[in-house]
Amino acid sequence: MLGWLFSSAADRRLLGTSRFRGPMPWVIAIMSFSILIIAATGLALAGTAASLGEAIATRYSLEVPNGANDLGALLAALKASPGVDAVDAVPESEMRRTLERWLGPAAQSADLPVPALIDFDARPGTDLGAVERRVQAIAPAARIGAHRDRVAPLLRSMRALQWLAFGLVLLLGAAAASAVVLAARGALDTHRFTIEVMHGIGATDLQLTHLFQRKIAIDALVGSLAGAAAGAVVLLLLASGASFAGELTGGAALSAPALVVLVLLPFVLTALATWVARMAVLAALRETL
Amino acid sequence: MNGALQGARLATERGREGKLPAIAEFDSVGLRYGTGGEVLRDLDFRLTNGGFYFLTGPSGAGKTSLLKLLYLAQRPTRGRIRLFGEELSEAPRESLPPFRRRIGVVFQDFRLIHHLSAFDNIALPLRVAGATDEEVEGPVREMLAWVGLADRASARPPTLSGGEQQRVAIARAVINRPELLVADEPTGNVDAEMARRLLHLFTALNRLGTTVVVATHDVGLISATPSAEMIRLENGGVVDPTGLLRNPPPRHS
Repeated sequence: MLGWLFSSAADRRLLGTSRFRGPMPWVIAIMSFSILIIAATGLALAGTAASLGEAIATRYSLEVPNGANDLGALLAALKASPGVDAVDAVPESEMRRTLERWLGPAAQSADLPVPALIDFDARPGTDLGAVERRVQAIAPAARIGAHRDRVAPLLRSMRALQWLAFGLVLLLGAAAASAVVLAARGALDTHRFTIEVMHGIGATDLQLTHLFQRKIAIDALVGSLAGAAAGAVVLLLLASGASFAGELTGGAALSAPALVVLVLLPFVLTALATWVARMAVLAALRETL
Repeated sequence: MNGALQGARLATERGREGKLPAIAEFDSVGLRYGTGGEVLRDLDFRLTNGGFYFLTGPSGAGKTSLLKLLYLAQRPTRGRIRLFGEELSEAPRESLPPFRRRIGVVFQDFRLIHHLSAFDNIALPLRVAGATDEEVEGPVREMLAWVGLADRASARPPTLSGGEQQRVAIARAVINRPELLVADEPTGNVDAEMARRLLHLFTALNRLGTTVVVATHDVGLISATPSAEMIRLENGGVVDPTGLLRNPPPRHS
């Protein structure tokens, strides 16, 4: 099946020995670079969104307007509730510091009604209605809200960007395929005489296609590896930013499977270019006798 | 197809039709390019296996077009062509390469691949047929010696003289011992001595069983081969007043 990759030196001489002179390796390199960066961004976004979603999936907040005075009782009620863990109250001093950004020194006034804010985890299956009723017995205005509901718009945006990256990768792949078609047609024009002679002495379309396919596959492989190498350097330079994003969400921005996908990308691009070249050459040859 | 099977088929044909076996049969063949008028019309003739034919006629009579039909570079726009006993006028193009490998063609402009050496040009038909480098080496060296170019094996066509290029083209055409050899004005670019040597090559091949069709204006070439038959083309039609092309007489070897 891959015999065409290992053609003899004589076969290789048929199309001349010049290599990497056309624009195709450069076009493929640029496409490979762009695809790698965009794919890495998309995969990092996907990883970040997944980590963030996982981290807040069971996290809730209890908010009580003007409930700072009831903080102790509320904490005790939550800790006593079945299924509730990791109960952390935001200290009143921190709430006042936060309010200071909007209210200035007035935030430190004893007359200011400071809300109570308590974060907690609820294990799956926990009856949050019962928990809410228990805290409302202490502070009727108490409301429990899920973190995931607040972060949902952000996660939706991240997922949209992730799909946008995926779409861009597809578009760049299509652009690379178009460049290969043009390169294949150019190569056919350049070698039209050789093709006519070969056809005349009984060469089949497949024999001729293998010659072009191999040449284009090698050009595409070199171009896509060079582009991917440049992309990898850029990604490494951005690695500190990526690890910062990872720290924000409590996990690695690029998982091991994502790294495998990125490593495979130049080879997938090469395979795509080779297949497209094969189809383009076969289609062009079919127009002759 | 192996020789024995082919021999049996030819014998069957001879018995069935009572004629010499034909390597090519043209039946009401016409050819036009695009929307132009017919350059070949109503061609009805047969070439017997092992025959030697000169194709003559004034310039523009359609000799090159007829040769293109013979070596399967062109399809007729009407009529039927049988080659090697097979109807090929409308055969799928995928089925043509094996038949082309049974035909050697010497082009007027040689049609050598300039970036390949003389050796590689001559080796092409063998490589297309699937021969390995080792299998190619001996026959190509032998062929180079046969055409007097043993010391020019690595030379590229642009560095060869017209006569040398012609000999490389002939060596390429005959290296796989074709059943049909077609030559278009083979002496058009060579001197008289080379023309004589070329004719010697063709007759030698013909004696080995190859059917030879040579399109030429060269009267000297024709007169030097009295045993050859003539196909004269005029205005796209074959002039065959005696009907010998349709019903050739028995050959005496």
